[in-house]
Amino acid sequence: MNFDFSDDQKQLRDQARKFLTEKCSSKAVRVVLDGKAPYDKELWKGLAEMGFLGVAIPEEFGGAGAGHLELCVIAEEMGRANAPVPFSSTVYLAAEALLIAGSDAQKKKWLPAIASGEAIGTLALFEGKGNPSPKNVKLTAANGVLNGVKRPVADGAVADFAVVAARTASSGRDNDISLFLIDLKAGGVEVKSLTNLDPTRGQAEMTFKDCKAEPLGAVGEGWSILTQVLDRAAVLCAFEQVGGADRALEMGRDYALDRIAFGRQIGSFQAVKHMLADMYVSATLARSNSYYGAWALSTNAAELPEAAAAARISATQAFQHCAKNNIQVHGGMGFTWEFDCHMYYRRANAMALGLGSLSYWEDQLIDRMRKKNAA
Amino acid sequence: MNFDDTPQEAEFRATARAWIAANAPKQYEEELRKSSLGRTQLKSANILEVAKAWQKKKADAGWACLHWPKEYGGRGSSPIERVIWQQEEGPFGKLSQMFIIGHGMCGPTMMAFAREEHKRTYLPPLASGEKVWCQLFSEPAGGSDVAGLRTRAEKDGDDWVINGQKIWTSGAHYSDYGILLTRTDPTVPKHKGLTMFFLDMKSPGVEVRPIKQASGASDFNEVYFTNVRIPDHQRLGEVGDGWNVSLTTLMNERMSIGAGVATGFPELFEYCSSLMLDDGPAIEDRAVRSKLANWAVKASGLRYTSMRAISALSKGERPGPENSIGKLVAGSMIQDVATYALDLQGAAGVVSGPEDAEVAGRFQAMLLRAPGTRVEGGTDEIMRNIIAERVLGLPGDIRVDKDVPFNKIPTKGRG
Repeated sequence: MNFDFSDDQKQLRDQARKFLTEKCSSKAVRVVLDGKAPYDKELWKGLAEMGFLGVAIPEEFGGAGAGHLELCVIAEEMGRANAPVPFSSTVYLAAEALLIAGSDAQKKKWLPAIASGEAIGTLALFEGKGNPSPKNVKLTAANGVLNGVKRPVADGAVADFAVVAARTASSGRDNDISLFLIDLKAGGVEVKSLTNLDPTRGQAEMTFKDCKAEPLGAVGEGWSILTQVLDRAAVLCAFEQVGGADRALEMGRDYALDRIAFGRQIGSFQAVKHMLADMYVSATLARSNSYYGAWALSTNAAELPEAAAAARISATQAFQHCAKNNIQVHGGMGFTWEFDCHMYYRRANAMALGLGSLSYWEDQLIDRMRKKNAA
Repeated sequence: MNFDDTPQEAEFRATARAWIAANAPKQYEEELRKSSLGRTQLKSANILEVAKAWQKKKADAGWACLHWPKEYGGRGSSPIERVIWQQEEGPFGKLSQMFIIGHGMCGPTMMAFAREEHKRTYLPPLASGEKVWCQLFSEPAGGSDVAGLRTRAEKDGDDWVINGQKIWTSGAHYSDYGILLTRTDPTVPKHKGLTMFFLDMKSPGVEVRPIKQASGASDFNEVYFTNVRIPDHQRLGEVGDGWNVSLTTLMNERMSIGAGVATGFPELFEYCSSLMLDDGPAIEDRAVRSKLANWAVKASGLRYTSMRAISALSKGERPGPENSIGKLVAGSMIQDVATYALDLQGAAGVVSGPEDAEVAGRFQAMLLRAPGTRVEGGTDEIMRNIIAERVLGLPGDIRVDKDVPFNKIPTKGRG
């Protein structure tokens, strides 16, 4: 049994950590947090140069042709660093949708541009309140144009292209939904930035008015493709969440060691120690579930749907738990803008919603476990 | 990343599987598979006899105590082979319950501290299950604070004379030998005045009394010592060094990997899959699903955490500290799972007799046994201290009794 990353993959993780420690300091993250830039363009360029944006994109489409395990270790580091770049939208959602369903021409057009850092992509799925579901897709596609509103769309304000879920029929079944590819520079889409929990990753509203669109994948296959994309993204996001949870735990641990109150390190009080021990437990469970997700993703195993849902739930819980208790360990200082604790708290809670909320994934997990047991 | 055996591991697994298939007591397989928590019992036979026979059979064929050296009755196997054996032994592994303390704790302590002739005499029959061992550490005044124990050992010629009381001793009533932690000097600070021995449990002056637990069952005992004599050559380690010796024992307690801790989740999922509530199937109820999903990811998280540890063993590395979370997570989870299963039964959940209760009262039994799982082998609070101190590097508790002679430490909380 070798249920671990290889030495090469661990080396890649070290390399990513070193790069991000240097290029993605808290100071750099704060430029975006304070609204002085929509994302860190320098960092984005650097990530392209390092080959990280295209690590799971095949070489024939301009990527490094490594694989999803390599992408997982990079994702973990992106989460640790709280990187203020449209990485998840572009790499986990847009690129994966293209890899699963794109025509050769579509892949040739967009994948090399993603790998080189020239194109930012996103997925436009949600339309207001609610979780991923065919019945929540109201935006219509007819005669080659889209009409409707998507909100929120992660990184929508900085994206160059979008994968859009649209209604092409009204039978009440999954195959009412189809995917479309939109070049956002070509007009027909009005984009408005939305104030959101985590300013280091933008959210936008996109209004489509007779917007020209080309199908991505077969008409009627949209929901099936989306489900696969969301499963893959769930595993990759779980690694970001695991990275964030670990970092929040470390920050709390370090503060508990440094801070003196009542004449002793606060980390010597069991109330504080036990809180940190419980954070370690959550983070460890999340890491192990995510490893299983990584295995299923990288081998395209039949277990992926169940593994992805478990990783998603576990990592979401762990990041939220560690981020909120990191603030608690810090006391009043943790609630200042100046300390970094709130950046992880914001990121943890935004990520908990991005691919659909916990209750949605809980439902998915039970459905998938039942399906497996029935099989 | 993969779950595959190396060629050597696959070969070992095949050999083990074939031997188990040909030799295991299959007539008890189903009954063993179904038992989930607490002391395993068999309806059709005395489990102690079945367990001893299986252990002897394994020992005769070289499959007992795989990780022990051959000269002491083991197989000299690598840690990963031990894990593979446990996986293959499956439900029959539950028959090893009565040997866990002897094989996991007493044996390794004897190996590290006993005289060579004692090792050769006592270890092989321990490995083969012909002799059963117990561990005598906890006392009424020393549970989590083991070093606060009060059982006295006083030197008298070549012997030591023991007086005092132990508690929570698993299997003392069927044990042949035990390792015993005593206080030999009450005038020095508590950790410095301890000494370890091993003794014959049939020695004059040893009296074993079963404890009736809160669950109604009796898995543990009190053991009283009245002028029990132990020859000095049965001392383990130096006089006054008992604390260090006991750390060897306790470290081995937490080394067991791969056996898998009971969480109650598979039982609950199975139960909810067929249960009908007033408004329809439980498994389609939103609240039930949410609960199940939260426990599902804890159970899978533990499973894959242990696979990470097994992978480290497979590579010849020491497993990381992450395995220390197992007992802490599973202990409170099984209690919550049982509570919820009864909640789903409504008023009928109160009925616990196997003949009349839902699913033969398995969740009622689980509920009543669960408090013990959060206490035995280190309470939840001690486990959190261990994680915080050894894994996260946080400071230990400030110990007010650290430098105080043992006989000057207060013994009463009030008045």
